[in-house]
This record gives sequence, C-alpha cells and structure tokens, in this order.
Amino acid sequence: MSTITPLQEIPPLPVGRFTLRSRLVVGTGKYENAATMRSALEASGADAVTVAVRRERLVNEEGRSLLEDLDLDRLTVLPNTAGCFSAEDAVRVARLGRELLEQLGNPGSSWVKLEVLGDRKTLLPDPVGTLEACRELVEDGFDVLCYSSDDPIMAARLRDAGAASVMPAGSPIGSGRGIANPAAIGIILELLKDPASGGIPDYPVIVDAGVGTPSDVAVAMELGADGVLLNTGIAHASDPIAMAQAMRLACDAGWLGYRAGRIPKRMYATASSPWDGVISTIPGE
Amino acid sequence: MQITINGDSREIHPGWTVADLLGHLDLRGRPCAVEVNRNVIPHRRHTDHVLSHQDEVEVVTLVGGG
Repeated sequence: MSTITPLQEIPPLPVGRFTLRSRLVVGTGKYENAATMRSALEASGADAVTVAVRRERLVNEEGRSLLEDLDLDRLTVLPNTAGCFSAEDAVRVARLGRELLEQLGNPGSSWVKLEVLGDRKTLLPDPVGTLEACRELVEDGFDVLCYSSDDPIMAARLRDAGAASVMPAGSPIGSGRGIANPAAIGIILELLKDPASGGIPDYPVIVDAGVGTPSDVAVAMELGADGVLLNTGIAHASDPIAMAQAMRLACDAGWLGYRAGRIPKRMYATASSPWDGVISTIPGE
Repeated sequence: MQITINGDSREIHPGWTVADLLGHLDLRGRPCAVEVNRNVIPHRRHTDHVLSHQDEVEVVTLVGGG
C-alpha cells in the first residue's frame, strides 16, 4: 500500500520583530467594495495587509471606515507612506500611522512600508529621499520595509541603513508588467542573501509592485525572493477572490520550486525516454 | 482664533484643546491621528494640548492602500 507524502509546510517569514505566516502580503486599496475586499484578503491567506494614511474628510460624512472591514484580531496592519515625495513627509506619515495603530492596539504600530516617490507619473522611488527617510525611521525605532527600485547597489545601501526588509519593485506600481528585470532582482538577492557576496541568508527581500499575475508571483519566488507584496493584481482582477487564491498558490509554488532546485537550461533537447531498445530508424544514424 | 485643519482655514474658540476640536468635528472616539505644526500629538495628550492661533492641524485616518 502506498502512502502519499504530506504537502510540505511553507515556513513563516521573520521580518524585523514580526513573523509573517504568509509570504504573500496584500494591499487593501482599489477594491470595488468592502465585501469583495474582505473575501479576497481571506482567500489570499495573507496575515499582513498594507493600508494608507489620509486626511479625514471633514465636510461630507463618510461611510464605513476601512478598519471596520479588517479583522484586526488576525491581521497585522502595515501602514505605508504612499503619496509622499520627500523624506520629511514620509517620516511624518509613518509617525501618524504608528499613532493610529497604537490607538487600535495593533502590532503594526512598530513597522512601516516606506515609499518616497520621485514623481506621480512613474511612481518610481526617489532613492535619495528613500535612504534619508529610512535612516531617520530606523533611528526612531521602526522596522522599515523599504520600497526600492530594482537597483542592487541601492538595495544594499538600504540594507546597510538598517531596513528590516528591502522591497524591490518588479515593475512600476500598478503596471502589471511583472518582473521586468529578473537579472537585477537576482543580483539583489545574491548581494543581500548570499554569504559569498557579503549577504545574510535570512535577510528578507520582498518583491513589491508591478506583479500582475500568479506567474509573476511564481517568477519572483523562483528567483529566491522571500515574499511578494501586491495589491492591484488582485483588487482589479475580474474576479478578485479567485485571483487572491491563485496568487497564494503561486507564492507557495514558487517558494517550493526555488528550493527544489531547477534544472539547468540547455540549448537542445534531452530525451526523457531511453534510446536503448528503440525499434525505429533514427534520422542521420 | 484662526487655525488650519487639513488645509482649510477655520475659526475656533480660543483655549480649545485637540480633544475639543475633534469633538466639534464629530471625530471623538473614531480612530484618527492628529498632527499640530508637523508634530504628532499622541492620543493621551489630546485633552491637554491647547491649540494656538495659526496652528496647522492635520487629522488623518487609515484608508485602503497598497
């Protein structure tokens, strides 16, 4: 009688003082309605979700608060500094996010997803402002998860500045273009995680932004990333709940695939069936 | 007395605290964070932080984001 080996458990991911059970981190923006968001968050399996800090609308009475639709007993909220174009504003927004989460008693008060953007059209990070804000927030006691471009040297500088995780963009935010430069992500992973290159194997690198499909998630994880952070790929899918589940499975598949060790690529075919004993005539032989 | 709240100019009574302002805006008890002149005023200090003329106040909350 045969037995089936149970599926391998994917280990949790330590990031600073946090431990993520799921290596897929998802955003809470751009959903058509709160019910879809709730179901998609659940289907994604994520236990950390990103949120943004914005002005209260003081004139028109708004409807529900986002917080009413998040299971705060289960989820760790990761506030971002999206929309900030200077280190100073990003530090302010990070501190306001911390103040909000402290009031809510959510553990997310001690970390931040740092974004300092260069311009509104590309939403690419401003490396100088990002590094400056990273240093200041680390000094202030935050675990800084740092959104960056896919520049390996910048990634190393942010790691050296004390970032709890460097989060290189696969491609521009919301573009759905996937992992535009796998070689650059590969070099970042080598530089930050390979001891032969001065890296630390446990240093968490999370690919953030531009991830549009489950195959994009799998590519990031197969390169050796520790996790993936995405929002639009789920929220704007035709069926966000199905896409959330697909992204979750792709994340697990990619993690396992990387560790399983892929075969080398070859120019020509190698037969899977033996040549010995074939009864056919082989052309040229 | 004039202050700026979330970019808009408003008249308030002299002597108002952050808590008084939030009460006036129907925001007391709602999750929000307050910054006065670019410094966060922690929740525990809302009842004793008195606002001054030309203070720049930001009142923020959490919304969906990526």
